[in-house]
Amino acid sequence: MTVDSTAARKPRRSSKRAGAKKAAGEPELVQLLTPEGDRVEHPDYSIDLSPEELRGLYRDMVLTRRFDGEATTLQRQGELGLWASLLGQEAAQIGSGRATRDDDYVFPTYREHGVAWCRGVDPTNLLGMFRGVNHGGWDPNENNFHLYTIVIGSQALHATGYAMGVAKDGADSAVIAYFGDGASSQGDVAEAFTFAAVYNAPVVFFCQNNQWAISEPTERQTRVPLYQRAQGYGFPGVRVDGNDVLAVLAVTKAALERARSGEGPMLIEAFTYRMGAHTTSDDPTKYRRDEERELWEAKDPILRLRAHLEREGHADEAFFTALEEEADALAKRVRDAVRTMPDPDDMAIFDNIYADGHALVDEERAQFAAYQASFAEESN
Amino acid sequence: MAVEKLSIVKAINASLRTALENDPKVVIMGEDVGKLGGVFRVTDGLQKDFGEDRVIDTPLAESGIVGTAIGLALRGYRPVVEIQFDGFVFPAYDQIVTQLAKMHARALGKIKLPVVIRIPYGGAIGAVEHHSESPESLFAHVAGLKVVTPSNAADAYWMMQQAIQSDDPVIYFEPKRRYHDRSELDTAAIPGPLHAARTVRSGTDLTLVAYGPMVKTCLEAAAAAEEEGKSLEVLDLRSVSPIDFDAIQASVEKTGRLVVVHEAPVFFGAGAEIAARITERCFYQLEAPVLRVGGYHAPYPPSRLEDEYLPGLDRVLDSVDRALAY
Repeated sequence: MTVDSTAARKPRRSSKRAGAKKAAGEPELVQLLTPEGDRVEHPDYSIDLSPEELRGLYRDMVLTRRFDGEATTLQRQGELGLWASLLGQEAAQIGSGRATRDDDYVFPTYREHGVAWCRGVDPTNLLGMFRGVNHGGWDPNENNFHLYTIVIGSQALHATGYAMGVAKDGADSAVIAYFGDGASSQGDVAEAFTFAAVYNAPVVFFCQNNQWAISEPTERQTRVPLYQRAQGYGFPGVRVDGNDVLAVLAVTKAALERARSGEGPMLIEAFTYRMGAHTTSDDPTKYRRDEERELWEAKDPILRLRAHLEREGHADEAFFTALEEEADALAKRVRDAVRTMPDPDDMAIFDNIYADGHALVDEERAQFAAYQASFAEESN
Repeated sequence: MAVEKLSIVKAINASLRTALENDPKVVIMGEDVGKLGGVFRVTDGLQKDFGEDRVIDTPLAESGIVGTAIGLALRGYRPVVEIQFDGFVFPAYDQIVTQLAKMHARALGKIKLPVVIRIPYGGAIGAVEHHSESPESLFAHVAGLKVVTPSNAADAYWMMQQAIQSDDPVIYFEPKRRYHDRSELDTAAIPGPLHAARTVRSGTDLTLVAYGPMVKTCLEAAAAAEEEGKSLEVLDLRSVSPIDFDAIQASVEKTGRLVVVHEAPVFFGAGAEIAARITERCFYQLEAPVLRVGGYHAPYPPSRLEDEYLPGLDRVLDSVDRALAY
């Protein structure tokens, strides 16, 4: 598949958009880098990156994929209880994550490992909850990166409320809420769209449509392309090639800038693919065919940027070799960190339930401590 | 304003006004809380004086109200949200239980969620379905939430002040059938702890524990019992999570008998928890099993039947007699 804006197409209102491509029956999406690694232009979204910046995006994606793969391995080795892989969604996450400013605020799902990377959250911090030593535990305000939210779609409302606060404060930052195609069916996402629209909140809704909500294809969530839902709420929606890191970066930057300048919310549908299972507990062979995965492998986000870097002479073999070594070192660091991650103290059950304390928690903590202490006495 | 006699509605209104004046981070949110001042007028006049940015009429979506309040709290605000009626809280139940209650623990204490959720609750107002329920135990069951309910104007004022100042999420149940009961409020007073019970009538023969709308009912029952020569002590629990078991224990150690009264169904209600814990704490002082008076395991009935469903003076006294007969 190549981008061909000159191909004879029946004139349609939207057909003027060069660079957008369209599979049969699918709407156009914003694309700036073809699966073959060719740069194409788009009338509404443009980007001009230096070779160094392009190498930076490539590095982000390679390191994120390596970290993700290592986490999957750690789950297989019994070091993690579960892992939700982002394999295939690196461009959607790195492109959007790199579009954010430090003072923006991010509300992720539980799969946003690439976005976390861009925000400067140490990857090892993400693994505590998957190992079972905490439920997240990082300080959201350290990197303006909220805790992973597991219940689907809840965070869209938190992001909207946060954005309402940003507007009240008169700040010029923006908020971005991540969710998936499955979450688009949740009432909380619909309510977030309503609140964001009504209050003109500076929030970008970033939907990674990875085609599958565990076993259910997007057809089980919607009869229209998801980005079109925005229209009914009164704000713009756009579909972007979610495997094209340049297009995702350009579109997300524009949407965040729009929000910062007081123009309100926007919905971005990043059209991508979950190359792996939903989580390490899932078996996709039960519900989808290998052929589909093969089709998407040809659109791999990392391979296309590598092809571009090589073709343009922006990166040499030494760069790729050094990056491979950096990835190996990251994997080793993650592996070591997980294997040495201590179990929490038993008494942590009673910690941080309330900020101002609670008599029942105090009573039960004391009872539990006495019970634990009784074993020590017996062994004396 | 120093000492004045006012209704619970006016006391909550005055408390919200004080909070809005004292802390620019306090915001009021809910359906119809702005221009209308709420369907019970609890927020009457606040939008006019503090603006639409601080007294916010929201879209008609309870999960959205609580979910965005969480986001505002994460941004440093202290939202006080109104759920219009008890039976309308359940669209927000997921956000309250799954997110609001657990987020502080999820962050290992690194973030705080100072959100107050006001819910007018209880029956005896002749309403249609979903307007008369008492769902407090459904919130008390959830770690991370605090649940309080005033029974008079002074408590309504001070407990709202304390709920807003709390760094924890507080569900603040308002006894809607008592909204217009008037009592004295001294805004210069120093309030006691938010979660402490209060002895509102001293007695020696039996302890009645109640909260919210049932405190008045129990005081009436105690007055009637006195005429029959029975001395009942009445405790206003004020807080359903945490529960001041020490205060109940102290009273029961004196009286030896306990009857717990609430509008909510007794099955898995607050009375069940109180009965279990007080039985454990006061096993050798109890002269009778702990009895409970409350709603039945039935949907809240049509209003023509609510007088039969709700604990009234006679049902409370019937249980008092049963307890005293042991």
